[in-house]
Amino acid sequence: MFQKKDESEIKIEDSFATKLSFVIMGFANLAHKQFAKGIGFLAIEIGFIVFMIMGGATNLVNLITLGTVETHDEVIPGKILPVRVFGDNSMLFLLYGVLTCMVIAAFVMVWRANVKSARQVQKLEMQGKPIPSFLDDAKLYLDEKFHITMLFLPITGILAFTVLPLLYMICIAFTNYDREHQVPGNLFHWIGLGNFGNILIGDERMSRTFFGTLVWTIIWAFFATFTNYFAGIIVALIINQKDVKFKKLWRAVLVLTIAMPQFISLLVMRCFFSNYGVVNRTLINMGIIKNIDGAIPFFEDPTLAKITVIFVNMWIGIPHTMLMSSGILMNIPQDLYEAATVDGANKVQMFFKITLPQIIFTTTPYLIQTFIGNINNFNLIYLLTGGGPVNANYYSAGDTDLLVTWLFKLTSDNRDYSLASTIGILIFIISATFSLLTYTNTKSYKEEDAFQ
Amino acid sequence: MSANNLTAVTGKKTKSYAAQKRTALIASYVFLTVLSIIWVIPIIWVVLTAFRAEPGQFSSTFFPHPYTWVEGDIQYTATYTLDNFKELFTPREGFDFAKMWLNTFIVATISCIISTFFAVATSYVMSRLRFKLRKTFMNIALVMGMFPGFMSMIAIYFILKSIGIHQTLLALVLVYSGSAGLGFYVCKGFFDTVPKALDEAAMIDGANKAQVFFQIILPMSKPIIVYQALNAFMGPWMDFIFAKFLMGTNYDTYTVAVGLYAMLERERIYTYFRQFAAGSVLVAVPIMVLFMSLQRYYVEGVTGGAVKG
Repeated sequence: MFQKKDESEIKIEDSFATKLSFVIMGFANLAHKQFAKGIGFLAIEIGFIVFMIMGGATNLVNLITLGTVETHDEVIPGKILPVRVFGDNSMLFLLYGVLTCMVIAAFVMVWRANVKSARQVQKLEMQGKPIPSFLDDAKLYLDEKFHITMLFLPITGILAFTVLPLLYMICIAFTNYDREHQVPGNLFHWIGLGNFGNILIGDERMSRTFFGTLVWTIIWAFFATFTNYFAGIIVALIINQKDVKFKKLWRAVLVLTIAMPQFISLLVMRCFFSNYGVVNRTLINMGIIKNIDGAIPFFEDPTLAKITVIFVNMWIGIPHTMLMSSGILMNIPQDLYEAATVDGANKVQMFFKITLPQIIFTTTPYLIQTFIGNINNFNLIYLLTGGGPVNANYYSAGDTDLLVTWLFKLTSDNRDYSLASTIGILIFIISATFSLLTYTNTKSYKEEDAFQ
Repeated sequence: MSANNLTAVTGKKTKSYAAQKRTALIASYVFLTVLSIIWVIPIIWVVLTAFRAEPGQFSSTFFPHPYTWVEGDIQYTATYTLDNFKELFTPREGFDFAKMWLNTFIVATISCIISTFFAVATSYVMSRLRFKLRKTFMNIALVMGMFPGFMSMIAIYFILKSIGIHQTLLALVLVYSGSAGLGFYVCKGFFDTVPKALDEAAMIDGANKAQVFFQIILPMSKPIIVYQALNAFMGPWMDFIFAKFLMGTNYDTYTVAVGLYAMLERERIYTYFRQFAAGSVLVAVPIMVLFMSLQRYYVEGVTGGAVKG
């Protein structure tokens, strides 16, 4: 992020007005009659100082201590019953502290823009060039600086709804904000890497849950990704055969399920495969199983539940990969096949030498994304099995729980926020390592910029 | 077409070529028919349940059978009925399906507009404009995408609560569209394929970058805009976890997903199961119609995005 210095910039000594701009923001702009810009900088500086005095500085101190006064009962002279005194709210202290840090970071960026702007006007003046008016500057935002105009709102959204919450939750992972330390009654504190230690080695039950869930998460992601991928390609190949009629109909039937809201199809599937569900009922009616006691425990038996979710996932996912690979198949140039035929290749060879490489080449980024997406495939597991069947050896997790659903249960059922955040960070580390190893090696990443 | 190959392999080598081909074709049709049945059965079942007269969660057969009940002194017998839909629209116990449907529609429409704009603007900038922090931004976006979304859910809840707008529809709109700028990859893939020469020609004619975007690129980006908008519009109909977490017990602001899920809770499922099916039909039908009519764009988006990453 270091900017390359213009040669002209190095030669120029900062003038008095520019130097003063370091302290009084916007001074140089004001001195050169760029009033709107100058007043803007100045207003931001004053606003920032007022903010820091009014509460920003306290927020920073509170961020370090996370509160010192616990809610307690105090005996006040003259009153018979002790009075409840509300203490500090560690959760809000942490939130405001993180927010203050973001404000400071934003201010530093504005300050740098201010210095840059001061040097700019100074340079223009020395070169005897006209100083741009406010209107000129504003016009730049539709041209050279158009990216700033376009990105302003999206980035504000990202800062508020992704960066701030994420920073906050990352901080939580280093505290003891769990069910024993619930705000506002209690305080929580920084405990460093304690949570990571507990999950990875310290607490036997927790680490058993973590590693058990992790192994299943990876097995799940692998099967969920590749079963859909290859089955989807095969279906697409069959539909796209020259002699097969009603291509649109076959495709439409499958696409119908993409259009069906996923939570509905998942809830329906849950009813479908439950012990009293349609599948078991039909099997009873057909005389394959005797009665409801002999029902196939699709979601009750740990191993069977795992197999069931993978199959239901195929029902959900195959139409997607089918659509995508249909698109790719239609784009493979026909002359490749003609040339291969002339060279005497048979269809099997053509499939393995032309069709498959082409599909794999174009879909590698998609595969990686899907794999990561499946690691975090919350909806499918949560709506289908809710993580069940419950595993008594686990810390509030079931056999089909993925790391994300375990994370969610820890937040919503247990209020073990710090543990949940720690798992979130661990999931991040796993996904990031995986993506770095694969994604950065793909062609589309390396040549992202190439088309220009 | 590209691929007779797979089925060709399944034929026996001893047969004549034509016979082999016919077997392969028949096998394909059988396969596709079985596949279609598997894919359609759950959908048919929901529709049947929505019109089913027999109460309760489970019917003992796939197709409902006649059910007899007494109302007043009269005995009724029916297999199918419209009562489930009638009851669905009769508010009780805080469930007001019409309101939930409207809530979802409002949230979906507004967040669709905002997030489409965010995603298109970001992806255009990342694809076409060159500036200092471009690569940095893209890498940060990639990294942030790897944190599980649910991790920030609790923090978002506290933030919205501290400004007093949790349990409102505005909160949902913000949550669904706020970070849309991060989802620029698919759309950027599309812009990458639009020839740069177009921009240059317009610039020579004196257009500035804003004009290039609004007057040249935007009009020809209909497929990708429709793709983005469709995804954004469908999101609120499908997501239930964020909505549930934010709304808690405030039934007035429930979306259809939260409401339908609540109908399946253990203590309600017996009474509400048919209403759940009826509600599902009423949610799924408009979405399906919308999706099928815009399918072309969706396919372009999916394939374009897959190719470009």
